[in-house]
Amino acid sequence: MSKPVYMVTGGMSKFGRAQPDKRTEELCIDALTESAHFIDMSPAELKKYIHTAYYGHFADHFGDQLLGESVIHDRLGLDPLGNIGVKTGGATGGSTIWEAYKTVASGYSDCTLAMGWERMDEVPTDEGNHLISSAADKDWETPLGHIYTGYYAVMAQRYWKVFGKEEDSFRRTMAEIAVKNRGYGRMNPHAHGGKDISVEDVINSPVVAYPLRAYDCCLMSVGAACVLLADERTAYKMCDDPLRIDVGAGSHTLRVACRRNMEIPLLPHETKDQYNDLADRFPGSERYPGFSGFLAARMASYYAYNMTGIHDPTEDLDVVELHDAFTISDIQTYEDIGIRPYGDGRTYVESGDCYHTNPHTGEPGKLPANLSGGLIGNMHAVGATGIMQVVEVGQHLWNRWREMHADEEKWARFGRTKPKDWKDLQVKGAKRGLAISHAGVGSHVTATILQHPDHVLDRRGSQ
Amino acid sequence: MSNEGYEPGKVKVKNNAYKFEGAFHHIERNQPILNEKGDLVGVTNPRNMTYVHTYGGEAVFFENLSKGKIIASRCDNKDCTAFGSIFMPFRIHCPDCLSRNTHVDITDIAKTTSRVHTFMITERTGAFNTLPKPIKFVNVEFEGVVTILMGPMLFGRPEIGMKVVPIFRTKDPTYTILDLGWVPKGTKESDLPEFYTFDA
Ligand SMILES: [Zn+2]
Repeated sequence: MSKPVYMVTGGMSKFGRAQPDKRTEELCIDALTESAHFIDMSPAELKKYIHTAYYGHFADHFGDQLLGESVIHDRLGLDPLGNIGVKTGGATGGSTIWEAYKTVASGYSDCTLAMGWERMDEVPTDEGNHLISSAADKDWETPLGHIYTGYYAVMAQRYWKVFGKEEDSFRRTMAEIAVKNRGYGRMNPHAHGGKDISVEDVINSPVVAYPLRAYDCCLMSVGAACVLLADERTAYKMCDDPLRIDVGAGSHTLRVACRRNMEIPLLPHETKDQYNDLADRFPGSERYPGFSGFLAARMASYYAYNMTGIHDPTEDLDVVELHDAFTISDIQTYEDIGIRPYGDGRTYVESGDCYHTNPHTGEPGKLPANLSGGLIGNMHAVGATGIMQVVEVGQHLWNRWREMHADEEKWARFGRTKPKDWKDLQVKGAKRGLAISHAGVGSHVTATILQHPDHVLDRRGSQ
Repeated sequence: MSNEGYEPGKVKVKNNAYKFEGAFHHIERNQPILNEKGDLVGVTNPRNMTYVHTYGGEAVFFENLSKGKIIASRCDNKDCTAFGSIFMPFRIHCPDCLSRNTHVDITDIAKTTSRVHTFMITERTGAFNTLPKPIKFVNVEFEGVVTILMGPMLFGRPEIGMKVVPIFRTKDPTYTILDLGWVPKGTKESDLPEFYTFDA
């Protein structure tokens, strides 16, 4: 990319399972207003900078409004600026940022809005499940139960058997992710999935599709989130400390059925022979990516790491927000994006590295994950999700996480009670972070890297 | 399946164009939505409509299921990296060279080599589901085929590695993927669900 791109600000609405008191446009205006106030501007002042607008929402048929992007653009008062919609299923939020990024990197736009939302409360849950399942192949998959979770669950089953070896200890590790993310969700006033639960609660929750249980699965949500990207000159006019942003993307077959075998593409810190014994250690893992890896996530991170000079994500990053649609897919993603090698994803949790505070040592976690609560503990308003993640990572790098989550007035405005044991989850000294936005069984994935301007890696990987 | 109170729409093809006959939608009165205090918060928007879907070059696959056959496709382009690859799901064109694939009948391969790669069982379904609950999917590996097909298991309990055989909805076919199901090898014909047989 020719020009460096900066994230200037970002904001979010309240997230909920349902929000019958607000239209979608009100949620989008809430998100834009929060992003304006974050850099001490009024919405009108912020709007003066915007040159181009990108809008992400996964499903026209959830909102029952084709060209819903145009409705929001009008209500934000951004006509006659050019605008366009982006749709890549669960990765819609990340893809919207990817598109906005390219407009600035290319020099076409000096300041671009990326706004995403989803409205999943206007149909009954079974119809919602049908609508989500229409993002699978309509001839070969959707007629099978009209239930997307099922198309994913066959992959979970395979990973559980081959890499989890059906061990109770692996089952508990999956459950730990659900406990962690719901626990972090409690500290987030925007979140609607926060809950104080135990590993036993997860293991005893109803089976959705074995080995997945209710608490292993993400939320269905309503809400909006946005970020503003700008070139260097504009970014420093708008604020004092814009973050460098880079986005990589990958894809794979819409039908898992159509995956063909290939060699494992290696990330910068992996070595040629490192997976030679994988099939000996994990019989049944002969196929790559098979039904247990996400090639799109590997490719997105491959591009993002090479674009930014990241060598080893666990060493070079300080905070991540991952697409925890299911506890087990979270573990699969640790491997695809190189936080752990293939086969060893569980150790990221078991070591305590993924926590804000390592439960084994009481020290800061090496690479805290999903401090927002993620899709399990915060929200999954599909088009907003990938943008929410980037806003959250940004708040850590700006050292403003506490300010955006502790505010009593915000808790009250959202009609929520701040817990008595509320904890500041700011990652101290965070310099670089990553957000993964992921569609369904892995058709689209984006990897967004944020870097504090004082700590930008050069592309050879040194500071 | 019932169509209460109205005749389902039917479609014919004449001069390579669709001709629609009967009702493709029906109108229902909308309803207000009030909150606990009785204030208006919104309305319902009832809508019930039927779509037409074109199978094109895939029609051969769906038509043959009701005849007890599984038609796959193969790239026969000698210059292609995927030369000789057999695809199931059926692909009209090779994903690598985009040449038109050759039809290959893999019914016998499916009857003799099918194994469960992975599976899923769930009580949860979305609206419009027609499979009996709990629904069970199996992802089936075939010898000599480069991909792994997902389908419903219609009798017995799936396990990874289990040998399975295809069954076909030869009576009252739906002309969809639901005309193909899977059962454990050795299942008796009398245990098959209504409308399904091992052979045409
Ligand atoms: Zn070919």
